Amino acid sequence: MRGRIHSLESMGLMDGPGIRFVVFMQGCKLRCAYCHNPDTWDLQGGSEMEPRELMDRILRYIPYFKASGGGVTFSGGEPLLQSEFLLEMLKLCRAAGIHTALDTAGVGNGRYKEILELTDLVILDLKHSTAQGYKDLTGLDISVLEPFVQTLADSTADVWIRHVVVPGITDSSEHIIRMKDMIRRILNVAKVELIPYHSLGENKYTELGYSYRLAGVEPLSSEQLKILEALLKEGSNEAGF
Amino acid sequence: MIKSNCTDFRQGNWNSKIDVRDFIQNNYSPYWGDESFLAAPSERTTKVWDICKKLIIIEIEKGVLDIETKRVSGINQFGPGYIDKKNEVIMGLQTDAPLKRIINPYGGIRMVTDALKSYGYEMDEDLLQVFTEYRKTHNQGVFDAYTQEIKGFRSAGLLTGLPDAYGRGRIIGDYRRVALYGIDVLIDQKRMDSEGITGPMTEEIIRQREEVSEQIRALQAMKKMALQYGIDIAQPASNACEAVQFLYFAYLAGVKENNGAAMSLGRCSTFLDIYLEKDMEKGLLTEEEAQELIDQFVIKLRLVRQLRTPEYNELFAGDPNWITEVIGGVGEDGRPLVTKTSFRFLHTLTNLGPAPEPNMTVLWSEHLPKPFKRYCSKMSILTDSIQYENDDLMRPLYGDDYGIACCVSAMQIGQQMQFFGARCNLAKALLYAVNGGVDEKSGELVLNGIEKIDDEVLGYDKVRDNYNKVLEHVARVYVDAINIIHYMHDKYAYESGLMALYDTRVKRLTAFGVAGLSVVADSLSAIKHAKVSPIIENGIAVDFIIEGDYPKYGNDDDRVDNIAIEILKKFQGELEKHQLYREAKATLSILTISSNVVYGKKTGATPDGRKNGEPFAPGANPMHGRDSKGALASLNTVAKLPYKCVCEDGISNTFSIVPQALGKDDEAKINNLIAILEGYFQMGGHHLNVNVLNKEMLREAMEHPDRYPTLTIRVSGYAVHFNRLSREQQLEVIARTFHEKMAG
Repeated sequence: MRGRIHSLESMGLMDGPGIRFVVFMQGCKLRCAYCHNPDTWDLQGGSEMEPRELMDRILRYIPYFKASGGGVTFSGGEPLLQSEFLLEMLKLCRAAGIHTALDTAGVGNGRYKEILELTDLVILDLKHSTAQGYKDLTGLDISVLEPFVQTLADSTADVWIRHVVVPGITDSSEHIIRMKDMIRRILNVAKVELIPYHSLGENKYTELGYSYRLAGVEPLSSEQLKILEALLKEGSNEAGF
Repeated sequence: MIKSNCTDFRQGNWNSKIDVRDFIQNNYSPYWGDESFLAAPSERTTKVWDICKKLIIIEIEKGVLDIETKRVSGINQFGPGYIDKKNEVIMGLQTDAPLKRIINPYGGIRMVTDALKSYGYEMDEDLLQVFTEYRKTHNQGVFDAYTQEIKGFRSAGLLTGLPDAYGRGRIIGDYRRVALYGIDVLIDQKRMDSEGITGPMTEEIIRQREEVSEQIRALQAMKKMALQYGIDIAQPASNACEAVQFLYFAYLAGVKENNGAAMSLGRCSTFLDIYLEKDMEKGLLTEEEAQELIDQFVIKLRLVRQLRTPEYNELFAGDPNWITEVIGGVGEDGRPLVTKTSFRFLHTLTNLGPAPEPNMTVLWSEHLPKPFKRYCSKMSILTDSIQYENDDLMRPLYGDDYGIACCVSAMQIGQQMQFFGARCNLAKALLYAVNGGVDEKSGELVLNGIEKIDDEVLGYDKVRDNYNKVLEHVARVYVDAINIIHYMHDKYAYESGLMALYDTRVKRLTAFGVAGLSVVADSLSAIKHAKVSPIIENGIAVDFIIEGDYPKYGNDDDRVDNIAIEILKKFQGELEKHQLYREAKATLSILTISSNVVYGKKTGATPDGRKNGEPFAPGANPMHGRDSKGALASLNTVAKLPYKCVCEDGISNTFSIVPQALGKDDEAKINNLIAILEGYFQMGGHHLNVNVLNKEMLREAMEHPDRYPTLTIRVSGYAVHFNRLSREQQLEVIARTFHEKMAG
């Protein structure tokens, strides 16, 4: 069995607790307008790797994980699309005592229960709060998300929620309030992060010959972000949720 | 035998023989707390430092502030000098005025006249006559003995930075001895040592006797020099102020007498802490006064200057002296050697602002107290002025009282000295393996007996075989050159003031060095894993066409990292085959200082795709931009290079990261940097320079230097004022890999 890997980053400091070894897995079915890694979309791209081979690389970072409370983050692309490979990696990490995080949009090809049993932290990227909004932003029907969210809602894995706030698309108060309802369904949410939209990924689209749908959209102002963050916190529990 | 008049301290072996370590171990108190006790600079300190800052600005504009041309270097050759006498608590300058430089013709007279000329000064005629007609110099001696082959290697740039015209440096006197014992005891000890050095009168024995006599004269000169400031250092220091002052005088004697490239300080802060804490305990000293002593000592260290030529400055950027002070580390008994004065030393970066000197070197161990680790990390992020070295790696080899000479060279204080050996250009040597010993720049045959490779596509085995042959010759000629240099240095420019503060029976290390390691590893990897075809012009490979990709050094990939390791082992093995002057032990470093730019300039295009004249990466760093798997993969590659038995003179690595990539907030940044250091050193890494800054800021500093008067960055084993780098060097620093990926 081999996984398709887009790239490896030995020092991720933003994708989970501590220092993370980030495995960017190749392939994604969503076509989010703001995606800053469009080069990970192609299901046939990347390079192939055996689980053992990847694990040998990961093991070289244990001292950094131990010193920082870090571990491995499977990101992408969409790691859930390579469930067999992902399961094998999660098993190997658990056997080695390495903390695992799954950075996902929740749209994969099943075996979620097994996966979540072996995952320490799920970083779930919720895209939009309405069916129409989801379709416009990602190109897929919001129902594709349901199986994973359902399984996650019943699992014991820690959950961080991420949400990208794009001016004119996901920055309204009504939207943020609907997001809160979506999030309440899921147990163990320890953190909710609003990520302000930035246009740094735009040049990748040009390189790949794709059109960039958000051309001309300004980055989110920090004032607006603060207002939405306050709204999100209103009436929530101590953990922020 | 040794009587100390200070009864305040716990007695031990140090009372019966000269043993500063024993004094420290018996008397120091580890400090486990945080930095909250630290004090702001005193009014006096601020006044003195303000004057210095103004002088330094003028100096940067002019190149040098002033030069003493009527007198030559020596421990007691200059009258007393002051910055602002009434506000100075630690006395003493190299000459009679701050920043006025000394001429030191013992290393070589031409270096002095050239340097003077380049700053618009002229050599005093009488002095010129003395050093051309009557007194031979080190440089003349070396060139009397150099062979044609050595000269060829030297002018081709295969060997560069050889200390054959100025002081070799990398000798750390145990300056603490003067504070602990006083000069008179040290003289008595040397006299006794001399009595024990008896016949048969072989060359070595005769020389030892002469050297000890020189050392005694140097100690007497130190005493007289201090007396010019009204301070008697004959007896041991009796309080904290005297301890700092005596120690500084001992160091000052060294930099009055010698212009060694690196004039390092050693390991003083914890030693001084014993005196500071004792006075504080007695109620004689407040925290502000304790900090004042350290601040003013550091001001003096920041004013040390040597007269250099523009060529020297091109090689070693930014007017450095490598006044390296090691801070922290752990003792053999497991107690950390961190004291409040470790914090006070680092705190000078806050009180006086960031600066390259003294070269603050934290000896990192996983057993250091957590608050100290946090403080170091915080100060690194704020000032970019600290380097880190792996105490857990060095302690088993050097014990717990070693210092660092220059950037990465460990030595037991007062026991081991180094014959500094500059470095050889490994990348150029690889081109000789392809071009049959012909220099790719000059077209001249530099190395005989190497067969040229004229295949259309380079084959790995053939190139490796040839390269091994080249390395064998390089090692042989390199050893010859270094043996000659140090023989002549001992003969014509002996450092009696430094050696007087050593044990008489000294252990010697000859430190060889290599530059261009990552270029060679990538070149051989390209030849092995891709298809490399040389472009031949006039029989010389002037460029290379690379088809296909290849594993690159800096990505934690054994396929290429192992090539680097093999080359180091091969080269060290070759060095060990040759006899070294004064039975020294051969060691090896991977350290370029800032000369990676000059080395690159002198080296043609290489098979890794590096173009003709492009800079090398500094030290053991991967080539700029080729480390694509993130910061830790890059660190893990360098951590693989073997220190013990192979690169015992040190492995320099410079790490630059943009602040936003280090963490979301200050707390996260501090913790992440600690984790990076912990991980790197547990993986076996030896040295790490840490820079936390943006390229944009550096670009702006290039255009508007006035806005960044104190911008300090770590380059390769030392720090520099960014403004003192040449434009070329500034551009190279900006071209380096700045880890900035924010995954996710």
